[in-house]
Amino acid sequence: MHQTRRSVIKAGGAAALLAAFGGALLNPGRAQAAWNKGAFEAKSALDAMRALGLANVEDSKAIDIRAPEIAENGAVVPIDITSNIPGTTSISVFIEKNPFPYTGSFDFSQGAVAYVHLRVKIGESSPVRVVATAGGKHYTSVKEVKVTIGGCGG
Amino acid sequence: MAEPMKIRATLQGDVADVRVLMAHPMETGQRKDAAGKLVPLHFIQTITGQLNGKTVFTADVSQAVSRNPVFAFKVKGAKAGDKLSVTWQDNTGDKRTDEVVIRAGS
Repeated sequence: MHQTRRSVIKAGGAAALLAAFGGALLNPGRAQAAWNKGAFEAKSALDAMRALGLANVEDSKAIDIRAPEIAENGAVVPIDITSNIPGTTSISVFIEKNPFPYTGSFDFSQGAVAYVHLRVKIGESSPVRVVATAGGKHYTSVKEVKVTIGGCGG
Repeated sequence: MAEPMKIRATLQGDVADVRVLMAHPMETGQRKDAAGKLVPLHFIQTITGQLNGKTVFTADVSQAVSRNPVFAFKVKGAKAGDKLSVTWQDNTGDKRTDEVVIRAGS
């Protein structure tokens, strides 16, 4: 009876291990397994990009960033990003004038289209920089968003 | 316990258009409450989207995402009746998963 109990515990442990490794294997797009604290706490877009390993970034016209030219409410600014670069696996967003510019990365696999819609907070008028990764290379595009404070001006 | 997400997954051709609304305060850690005390950071950090149990979309995000976040993404090769689930986890370890069935487009 003790033996059965032991083997059950063993089997459970093996399953847990498998689940942990399986999770890591399912997610090959993200090199840094955990949420990249260093990049998220960087105070400039350049430092954040460095922390993420986004080097040798090329300008590209194939990244479509749809965001309002003038945002009336900086607390909710809708952004639609489409990368038309074939084989795009990841899109990262940086709001350059925000206190912590790195806003997030989006990874696509198994048929997901290189498109994302998100809504962000923008503290003051700022360039919104997008970096797309395709085939190990990085491409970037920028869109300026003006934020009107107090609902007037602009 | 976190409130349920609203997920809508609709087919357009063979591409599923997925829109998700999450209920979350997304505190930046910079806002002060009525008493003048800083409201601590409280925000969603990771999001995972799965089609029939296979991960298709993952996101790591910061507190700069707006309150009650809305995300949309698209998955090619999906069929009506496929299961689409979304999971988020925040910086306090709270998490939530919801699942919907993909509907044929109208």
